[in-house]
Amino acid sequence: MNSVTPGEIMVTRAAKELKNGEVVFVGIGLPNLACNLARRLQAPDLVLIYESGAVGAVPSRLPLSIGDPCLVTDSISVCSMVEAFYYYLQGGMIDVGFLGGAQVDRFGNINSTVIGKYEKPKVRLPGSGGACEISIHSKKIIIILKQNKKTLPDKIDFITSPGYIDENNPRIEYEMPGRGPVLVITDLGVYTFSKHTHEMVLTEIHPGVPLSSIKENTGWEVKINDNLSTTTAPSKKELRIIREDLDPDKIYLR
Amino acid sequence: MKNKVMTMKEAVRTHVHDGDTLVIEGFTHLICFAAGHEIIRQNIQDLVVFRLTPDLIYDQMIAAGCVRKVVFSWAGNPGVGPLYGLRRAVEQGIPRPIEIEEYTHFGMVARFVAGAAKLPFMHLNTFSGSSLPQKNKNIKKVKCPYTGKAFATVPALNPDVAIIHVQRVDKEGNAQIWGLMGVQREAAFASKKVIIVAEELVDSSVIRSDPNRTLIPGMKVEAVVIEPFAAHPSYAQGYYDRDNQFYVDWYKISKELKGMETYITDWIHGISGRNEYIKKMGKKKLSELKADRRLAAPVNYGY
Repeated sequence: MNSVTPGEIMVTRAAKELKNGEVVFVGIGLPNLACNLARRLQAPDLVLIYESGAVGAVPSRLPLSIGDPCLVTDSISVCSMVEAFYYYLQGGMIDVGFLGGAQVDRFGNINSTVIGKYEKPKVRLPGSGGACEISIHSKKIIIILKQNKKTLPDKIDFITSPGYIDENNPRIEYEMPGRGPVLVITDLGVYTFSKHTHEMVLTEIHPGVPLSSIKENTGWEVKINDNLSTTTAPSKKELRIIREDLDPDKIYLR
Repeated sequence: MKNKVMTMKEAVRTHVHDGDTLVIEGFTHLICFAAGHEIIRQNIQDLVVFRLTPDLIYDQMIAAGCVRKVVFSWAGNPGVGPLYGLRRAVEQGIPRPIEIEEYTHFGMVARFVAGAAKLPFMHLNTFSGSSLPQKNKNIKKVKCPYTGKAFATVPALNPDVAIIHVQRVDKEGNAQIWGLMGVQREAAFASKKVIIVAEELVDSSVIRSDPNRTLIPGMKVEAVVIEPFAAHPSYAQGYYDRDNQFYVDWYKISKELKGMETYITDWIHGISGRNEYIKKMGKKKLSELKADRRLAAPVNYGY
């Protein structure tokens, strides 16, 4: 079997976080792969909800978009987007929200809107979609992105989806229903958040990644957990499911 | 019973005008590309267009110079990349400068709900902690009169025209959808005029045999257009699959201005309508996209 790609380790690590029976609001790309991998392993009763209105989806192919017809066939329910956002999400039905983004800061705030000034962008990104409200309402958030100094910068230009916002965690003051991000999974390691400072803390490092590489690819002086462990490498079974069934054309895992 | 069936040309000429506010809704599913193409062919200008995801259809309409302003919540080519037509217009004013007004999906959904219910605004619990309210002054706050808790508000959307693609319709405009429904019902009820485009014209008895499936009633509808395959490269559940390859190819087609212009010339101005579009696509593509048969269990409406 070929060597494990960064995408594969991100997907397998993320899949491990999902418990059987949980309700997950699924985004496109790596989150989608992680949810479908978990469904094939420890969480056959994971309920996948897509913002397009597919509830309890069981996609038989890798959907390119979150509105793919394969999400409808054999699902539990198809609801309008009014129901998806007002009843399922704001109604408090979602256990886990999975988000990506172009940039994440140390407090788990996500930018998927703009690099540079909003009015005169250096790079105009797609914007929120449902990400902002997913980050507010899901009981917990898992963030997945590849890391470097640009994707984990010292400061982000725009908060699309709030994490802990700053060191005082104004989520509590805003009475946000969800507790916020619990995990950031990158191609180099896994971060949790300090209960006191609400900052990202490196808790796992992927096999073969030197600590210097974490430092070189983070835009601030990142805190490192005293009990830093090594991420469990993907098993043969996990890799087989990903490579043969979930993403055989390597659309997301090049 | 009124017969509202007309051609796409007539429907667009009669009901879509320069300067209109317009929504062609459909979340990935049932996006009426044929209507967008006809708007481009008729060179309708200065449109203010609403959609959660502008998608390739607004990318094309923006690139063709039809659009003055776009109101949206996620502007990208899903799973593929950016919308280059939109980006060229926003960043460089090509072919004309456009305004943008941005929400989240929930925000856009709530705007359509308010519009459909003829309320001036809707409140919703989102935006807190996000930078968006600083950049969009239409996002405001209201205090709950019962609890005192603050909620975000968004103003109602009441477009001049909604164009909604459906699987089947009768000649009066009673329109049925299955599969993803997005915000089409709300967009239709919010709009002053509704054009329904359908894969199939069916007898009213077919509609009445399954009334739970009627998303939009004929009483809200001005015009009915029967045009199979009008949603391609989007899809119609049970009719044809999403042409994912086209969405992937759009990246290459639209990345450079010339590619985009060539596409608009060849596939929009160069043909008269959807019939010719289907011919140009060829039988092979059609058969590749044809949907499998997955019939629902029948239900008994008797009493």
